[in-house]
Amino acid sequence: MPALPLDDAGPYVAAAYLVFLALVLVYVAIMAGKLARLARDVEELSRIVERPEP
Amino acid sequence: MRAAVAAVVRKDLRQELRTLESIPAMALFALSTFVVFHFGLDRDALDGDLAAGVLWVTLLFATVLGMNRLFVAEREQGGFDAFLLAPVDRTAMLVAKALVLFAFLAAVELVAVPAYAILLLGPGAGQALPGLLAVLLLANAGLAVVGTLVGALAVQTRARDLIVPLIALPLSIPLLIAAVEATAPLLQAGGAEPLPGRWLTILGLYDVVFGLLAYAVFDFLLED
Amino acid sequence: MFGRGLKSLSLASAALVTGAFALVFFYAPLDADQGFIQKIFYLHVPLAIVALCGFVAGGIYGIRYLRTGDRAHDLRSYVAIHQSLIFGVGVLVTGSIWAKASWGHWWVWDEPTLVSFLIVFLLFACYQPLRFSIEDPERQARYAAVFAIVGGAFVPLNFTAVRMAEALTHPRTFDSTSNLPGPMALTFLVAMAGIAALFVTLCKYELAAKHATMRLKALKRRLSGEPAALPLTQRARSAAPQEV
Repeated sequence: MPALPLDDAGPYVAAAYLVFLALVLVYVAIMAGKLARLARDVEELSRIVERPEP
Repeated sequence: MRAAVAAVVRKDLRQELRTLESIPAMALFALSTFVVFHFGLDRDALDGDLAAGVLWVTLLFATVLGMNRLFVAEREQGGFDAFLLAPVDRTAMLVAKALVLFAFLAAVELVAVPAYAILLLGPGAGQALPGLLAVLLLANAGLAVVGTLVGALAVQTRARDLIVPLIALPLSIPLLIAAVEATAPLLQAGGAEPLPGRWLTILGLYDVVFGLLAYAVFDFLLED
Repeated sequence: MFGRGLKSLSLASAALVTGAFALVFFYAPLDADQGFIQKIFYLHVPLAIVALCGFVAGGIYGIRYLRTGDRAHDLRSYVAIHQSLIFGVGVLVTGSIWAKASWGHWWVWDEPTLVSFLIVFLLFACYQPLRFSIEDPERQARYAAVFAIVGGAFVPLNFTAVRMAEALTHPRTFDSTSNLPGPMALTFLVAMAGIAALFVTLCKYELAAKHATMRLKALKRRLSGEPAALPLTQRARSAAPQEV
């Protein structure tokens, strides 16, 4: 016999998989932030390189 | 190498005898913890699992106190540099410090275990003594090795007092499990039961594994 | 340096994980004992196994770093442990959900694997504070490697000890996974492959990002006329290795 009937067990299983999804998406968001900072630094660097020598 | 180990051990023991910093503090801490447990658990006497647990948790925390101080003198007074300059095997420092910590623990237990028997154990506790000695011996060896390793790791960090318990406690849990399981039958209310051999074997294994591990990595902690 | 093959790896991970989840919900049969709750295992157990392998891998890279002094190994060690900690959070949360669904409590001490995992997690949670508190970059890398090695060796020791402690009083509930019927076994294997691929993908992402940031910083320093090497007294803002 199942430990819980299907309707009771459903939310728990769903919660577990959603936690996993949330972790992955939060990670993606953090990486996006890092990528943005990288892009900003590259911008700044290319400005330094292209400006005329002081 | 034996001469180097003996020299360091002698120096540390002599310093401890002269200044009496660590051992009284550790012993006093153990006694206070027993009192705290009496009030925290609201019990007059313990037996079996509970008795074993209270004893070993207290000893573990007292060891953590000792770990903190083990390498402090070396760091602040240049002992590390002097040792590195000397033409000795670096493992000598590991062996020496582990022996010192073992000695400290033995001294503390000389006071703490009888006190524990008086304060929190029932009348028949005396028969537990031989078995208890065996467990204490093996567990002390393990605690000494882990303590030396964690002490050396933490002494170079800034938040030394915080890092030591954080790292040492999880590492000591297998030892704690084995020590408690081995001691619990000894402290039964109905009279001491025989010492479970398998847990002594686990303790021994823990000592060997951590000893080998410490031997392998300790040199890297001493490099400048 | 670290980003090679990243795109195909990500696609493979996406395919494997999606395939695994599809199998879990549309193909794998319902477990006779635990019912629908058992489906959590297909997520929880692979996460746990991969996280533990990640910790051990961190230790192995620690050994490699101490042997060769190549900072790339130190970086890999750091990323592996960091990633395993994140997966570890997933393990503990899914394990707790499973405990609540099965036993009614948010935590049970009966499951030796879950308890051992908690202990290992608590140990490795100290990895970043340890790195943070050592300022000298070379010493930081060295001490971190020692810690990673001790932690990695500790994983099997801890699991055996806890299992022995629990086996005396409580039967293991996870035993059902050792003899799985065919469809369940297949689903489990695909889930394992998917989570493992995900772990490697995320590690590669992290490595590539960190490496790019480091090279960029070095480039910036050179262009603004500062010396290329990091001055020894500079306090690192993050616990990650600063140079490769």
